[in-house]
Amino acid sequence: MTNTPKTKVLVSDLAKSFKMHLRDGLEIPVVSGVNFSVSAGECVVLGGPSGSGKSSILKMIYANYRCQKGQILITDGDEIVNVADATPRRIIRLRETTIGYVSQFLRAIPRVPALTLVAEPLMAQGVAEDEAFERAGNLLSRLNVPERLWQLPPATFSGGEQQRVNIARGFIAHYPILLLDEPTASLDAANRAVVVELVEEKKTQGVAMVGILHDHDVRDAIADRIIDVTSFASAA
Amino acid sequence: MSLDIQSSEDFPLLQVSNTTKLYGGRIGCKDVSFDLYPGEVLAIVGESGSGKTTLLNCLATRLTPTSGSVNYRNRMGQMRNLYEMSEAERRMLMRTDWGFVHQHPADGLRMTVSAGANVGERLMAVGARHYGNIRDTATDWLGRVEIAEDRIDDDPRAFSGGMRQRLQIARNLVTAPRLVFMDEPTGGLDVSVQARLLDLLRGLVADLGLSVIIVTHDLAVARLLSHRILVMRHGHVIESGLTDQVLDDPQESYTQLLVSSILQP
Amino acid sequence: MTERVETQGISDEHYNFAYLDEQTKRMIRRAILKGIAVPGYQVPFAAREMPMPYGWGTGGIQVTAAVIGKHDCLKMIDQGSDDTTNAVALRNFFVETTGVDTTTKTKDASIIQTRHRIPEETLTKDQVLVYQVPIPEPLRFLEPRETETRKMHALEEYGLMHVKLYEDIAKFGHIATAYAYPVMVQDRYVMDPSPTPKFDNPKMDQMEALQLFGAGREKRIYAIPPHTKVVSLDFEDHPFEVTKFDQPCAICGAEEVYLDEVILDDDGNRMFVCSDSDFCEERREAGHVGHLGTNPLEAEGND
Repeated sequence: MTNTPKTKVLVSDLAKSFKMHLRDGLEIPVVSGVNFSVSAGECVVLGGPSGSGKSSILKMIYANYRCQKGQILITDGDEIVNVADATPRRIIRLRETTIGYVSQFLRAIPRVPALTLVAEPLMAQGVAEDEAFERAGNLLSRLNVPERLWQLPPATFSGGEQQRVNIARGFIAHYPILLLDEPTASLDAANRAVVVELVEEKKTQGVAMVGILHDHDVRDAIADRIIDVTSFASAA
Repeated sequence: MSLDIQSSEDFPLLQVSNTTKLYGGRIGCKDVSFDLYPGEVLAIVGESGSGKTTLLNCLATRLTPTSGSVNYRNRMGQMRNLYEMSEAERRMLMRTDWGFVHQHPADGLRMTVSAGANVGERLMAVGARHYGNIRDTATDWLGRVEIAEDRIDDDPRAFSGGMRQRLQIARNLVTAPRLVFMDEPTGGLDVSVQARLLDLLRGLVADLGLSVIIVTHDLAVARLLSHRILVMRHGHVIESGLTDQVLDDPQESYTQLLVSSILQP
Repeated sequence: MTERVETQGISDEHYNFAYLDEQTKRMIRRAILKGIAVPGYQVPFAAREMPMPYGWGTGGIQVTAAVIGKHDCLKMIDQGSDDTTNAVALRNFFVETTGVDTTTKTKDASIIQTRHRIPEETLTKDQVLVYQVPIPEPLRFLEPRETETRKMHALEEYGLMHVKLYEDIAKFGHIATAYAYPVMVQDRYVMDPSPTPKFDNPKMDQMEALQLFGAGREKRIYAIPPHTKVVSLDFEDHPFEVTKFDQPCAICGAEEVYLDEVILDDDGNRMFVCSDSDFCEERREAGHVGHLGTNPLEAEGND
């Protein structure tokens, strides 16, 4: 027994369906009976074809989607929080300190420069502004975002540049749990390699990761386990 | 030291229970209940006539609810029912611990006195009597809302819509309020001006740790600024929760309609 | 002939004593008493139509009419002077309707009705000073709603008053308000001392005489009882200052009094003389002489 439990994420009997009120209440089942756990320092990749519900599972763990059934237990320090029924306040705190999310798409905020955008999660965790900016700059350099872009708001960047800013934002702060939603889609080989490095670094720091990765090379490089989501397909 | 901070954050700043406002037989808002915690930004969304402004006015003591209670935790840590306070206490709150940002800046500013006096008024209202200090504070706040220092002696009548709105924000924030009500603060501004204002608000809210209740019909504004959201329809709260959860995975029929009605640029 | 008889409308030849009927006077006296009881508070009263236009002092006249008695001695001044049109007309009005003695001597008067000035001579406990007030509400120019200004008075929300002074400093570098300069009465009500120059503000503080204010058009009466604290509003770094004149009166040599500018001819020659004509006259009778010696206006036979 150590002070920090090894299991960071425990998903049990999770079910999700969408009810489309605008289409006469059509019920679209997504997944059911989802059961898995992720330990510290482990990267679990969700496998399965498009539409099998991988992204929905990730979003439920982040509480971005609601679930109809089941539990999502998150280890937050010495507390266990069930995301499925936590209050919004508790989830906001989890997102500040415990769960990070790297999505495919950057939600650019008007007027905020790339560097600030990347440094923000660090500052939210109480890191001093100078240090946060320095670390943000280092990470952007590693991801080959040219320095001339740092002070510009990313709304006008190319898709690839925006994505790399987003990856930097997602990886910069320390979260014990990190969710990766196709972070390498449409990246070139060099930048994919950087992402693999970043993931390896997180593993050594004991971060538990759940990812969706279509890129086979990256997936093979970082996945400790692959969970086939089709096994959770709802019986429609 | 950190214990104090934590304990104050663990108590709601505002506790709204079953707040109802009837206009005769017509419902303004009905049985609205929620807690607002320090540092939280709550958006109230819904279409015109859904009761969101009525609710806001009931919370901000600008309208007396027909029933229900609204409790506020004052700086001494006491929970007080707003409608059991004396009018003097309520007005004192409005001038010091609270702010109210109106959609139309002319409703929240004194249009015939200078920008500096607009910002300084709340300071003078709480007893500031040193002209130089008042002016320094006003200058500082104009800077924070990106109004050039040399405009300090100009009337807001000479300002653009966006500047007026920023001035209104400075005027409200100068006394370091803990709770700010905003009624469509970006309404009526064109897109680029809106973006600047939103960014400014986002920064100020985070820096000052403000609690905010913001009424907006613009879901993008709600997403950018708020942690939590209440969706109103016909005077009732029909859905509430984390902002991104409600907007990305809406459960109620009306919310789904609202979310699917957004124009994507 | 008694007042009582005329009150009952028997006489059709004469007005009632002091023009107003007795019931009206009582109503006004009640307002005055309330004003005295709550120093600086504006008491609404049912101002009557007077036989002269608003702006001529209809408020002051009604107050005077309500307090004057047969044995009073009345002094009537306008801008400090006993002999301006307004002062003469109003004095005649009371002579005609009351038959009381009148005087130009400040110390002989028991009631002094004034527009704009407080006499230079210190007033005493046996005197009443009645002010004619055009706009009684000091908050009016910044807050147009009467409902709101009354609430602000009730709750002592006077920050707005300093906003006005702030604006002065921002625009002119100093508090440029030179008349109707707001005062705080007995640490409670902010009051507008009518259009009186701020030079006279310090005289209101702890004055021995009773001060009554009447605004006819606005239908308000307020009062400062004897020995009441009256403080002019200001900022710590811009304290209240009385107007200073850089020369004495040209014809009586008085210093530290309020001076009026008088144009002497078409070449722009001018002189500064006491605005308080009685004060100036007394000094000259006592042998004081200013740098112009005699009054040039009198010398030319303008009298």
